[in-house]
Amino acid sequence: MNDHPRLTAVFARLSFGRTSGKKPARKATDNPKWEKRLQKELMAIMKDPPDGITVSQDTLEGSDLSQICVNMTGPSGTLYEGEAFMLRFKFGPKYPFDSPEVVFTGENIPVHPHIYSNGHICLSILTEDWSPAMSVQSVCLSIASMLSSCKEKKRPPDNSFYVKTCHKNPKKTRWWYHDEDV
Amino acid sequence: MSSDDEDYLYDDDSDDSGNESTVNQDEDDDNDDFGMDIGLGEEASGSGGGGGGGLMMMVSGADKKGSDHAHPYEVLSTEQIVEHMVDCIKEVNSVIQIPTTTVRILLNHFKWDKEKLMERYFSDSQEQMFAEAKVVPPYKLGAKAMVAPDLGGRGVSLSAKSTLECEICYLTLPKSLTTALECGHPYCNSCWTEYITSKIMNEGASQSIECPGNCDILVDDVTVMKLVKDSKVKLKYQHLITNSFVDCNRLMRWCPAPDCPNAVKVQFVESRPVKCRCSHLFCFACSENWHDPVRCVLIKRWIKKCDDDSETSNWISANTKECPKCKATIEKDGGCNHMICRNQSCRADFCWVCLGPWEPHGSSWYNCNRYDEDEAKNARDSQEKSRAALQRYLFYCNRYMNHLQSLKFENNLYSMVKDKMDEMQQHNMSWIEVQFLKKAVDILCECRRTLMYTYVFAYYLKRNNQSELFEANQKDLENSTEHLSEYLERDISAENLVDIKQKVQDKFRYCDSRRRVLLDHVHEGYDRDWWVYTSDDITS
Ligand SMILES: [Zn+2]
Ligand SMILES: [Zn+2]
Ligand SMILES: [Zn+2]
Ligand SMILES: [Zn+2]
Ligand SMILES: [Zn+2]
Ligand SMILES: [Zn+2]
Repeated sequence: MNDHPRLTAVFARLSFGRTSGKKPARKATDNPKWEKRLQKELMAIMKDPPDGITVSQDTLEGSDLSQICVNMTGPSGTLYEGEAFMLRFKFGPKYPFDSPEVVFTGENIPVHPHIYSNGHICLSILTEDWSPAMSVQSVCLSIASMLSSCKEKKRPPDNSFYVKTCHKNPKKTRWWYHDEDV
Repeated sequence: MSSDDEDYLYDDDSDDSGNESTVNQDEDDDNDDFGMDIGLGEEASGSGGGGGGGLMMMVSGADKKGSDHAHPYEVLSTEQIVEHMVDCIKEVNSVIQIPTTTVRILLNHFKWDKEKLMERYFSDSQEQMFAEAKVVPPYKLGAKAMVAPDLGGRGVSLSAKSTLECEICYLTLPKSLTTALECGHPYCNSCWTEYITSKIMNEGASQSIECPGNCDILVDDVTVMKLVKDSKVKLKYQHLITNSFVDCNRLMRWCPAPDCPNAVKVQFVESRPVKCRCSHLFCFACSENWHDPVRCVLIKRWIKKCDDDSETSNWISANTKECPKCKATIEKDGGCNHMICRNQSCRADFCWVCLGPWEPHGSSWYNCNRYDEDEAKNARDSQEKSRAALQRYLFYCNRYMNHLQSLKFENNLYSMVKDKMDEMQQHNMSWIEVQFLKKAVDILCECRRTLMYTYVFAYYLKRNNQSELFEANQKDLENSTEHLSEYLERDISAENLVDIKQKVQDKFRYCDSRRRVLLDHVHEGYDRDWWVYTSDDITS
């Protein structure tokens, strides 16, 4: 499940449904059981950080675990060597049974055939191939490996159309994955 | 609800010694409550069709005319669908001795085609077959599973010796509170339950729930039933399983009538009429209302065309028209096409369909059923041609819709006839003597149904000698059906009973025989390739 072939969105259509109302959205941290899991996830990353991945300072200083940021450094020996990126994770009330919302954020969005210039990532484990046994760490590793295997820095072919029309939340995009080696 | 729940709960303690089916035999037709035993590995109900005997209905071809539909078919209630599913599993299991839960996943993978499954199972690519179906081959199971086959399901509860950390909630728990499939990925039971529940309730998954681990292994039904306690979730799961069983079984089809819980099972897939217990008559091949003599491809095309042109058809099916003579608005309130203007100073007799005078409709030269192709032929430029094409379509659509509309008054007609039958019985006629009226309405409706579809057939048909004969048959049936309709709606009164009875009987016998003549002729044409269609891409 984790080592799915590299996938790309060949077509992404605009969101259904808008974020409604003024009610504060429910979050993973509303449920103490899942807040514990998130704490443990972060602790594991801090204790034994995978190559090039650290939890951002803001997250560590803040108190809200329903949204965290992770710094990622372009793996050495790849097209992204030395570049600094930031990933933002948002956890909904059904996490970990529902996947987190994961986007690149900040000034530097990797130029990659599966990453849109607004930070949205076309990766099947972030939607239909998600499993509750995955974690922040395994998502980071999948994204790092996606960067590592890239042979040419370019945007997805439908980038400008997608960015103009998509929903803020990439999970609202109906992604069309297709097996294509990049 | 609680005592009923027991009827479909999977029995955890089941062992190899004859687990009695808990199919709820004495319930009524309440579909939400069906007894189900999908996990059933061991022994299916000994009762089979026995206890529910009366429910099984064997019907042989409801409409024997036209072609030989001698093969019997069955109408299955939801319980019987489950029984049938269990029978399929048992049948395979008697040949291939692997856990029944695995058999079910394999069967589902092969769309419940037993032969295909057996073929693959006994081929060289057996291992690959298991991988494609996302199950661990039973011979690869560890000794543990072999020693303790009575745990029920492939999900094996591990022994209580030590603890482990659940990879979902990250809590450390005694192993006894965790479950793993053969792939050996353990999660705590409460995470499993939440995971499976969210798959079932949010994603509508049933046959495709995978182990959360880094493997594709599917969760079997016994494990689902063991881990899920909420009866609402269980019920949804059972519905999903039955749905997918019927949907991917070529020999089964849900009755398309709204809210009908039954399915029909045939022995061969073919275009044929099947009648559900709810009395809905439909075509097994395409699920549309039974549409003899027109074939499935054409009826599909036609329905799509009507949907695309919904504006025109709305216009046509509108229930009001103007009297051709005095322009008063006329509303149709029955099925008969012979209209008499209600305007006392007008009283014009005319035909609802063509708005022409009624008078010539009974004579031999008048064609209310045939579109005048000469007009289309004479159309020269493209605009005129497309106008002619539209008019041709409207012509047939109008007649089709008209019968459809008349059939909607069917119930009114039955209740009106029932009143008349009561009335007659008060005039010294016996119950048996008045039954001819009901029979007449039956035949009238059958004729309208057939006529309706003949206009679809005619629309796609190219003119030739045989098509002219067809149109003559159609016209004859159209006329006699209108006469019958008129008798039933207007002419019966207490005074002329004896006289009218003879007339009605003669007329419906005539209609019935003409209907069969028409159908036989069309079917003969299929056999002998008489029919030429207006569009080349129609193959029948
Ligand atoms: Zn757990
Ligand atoms: Zn697994
Ligand atoms: Zn039905
Ligand atoms: Zn059909
Ligand atoms: Zn009038
Ligand atoms: Zn007419």
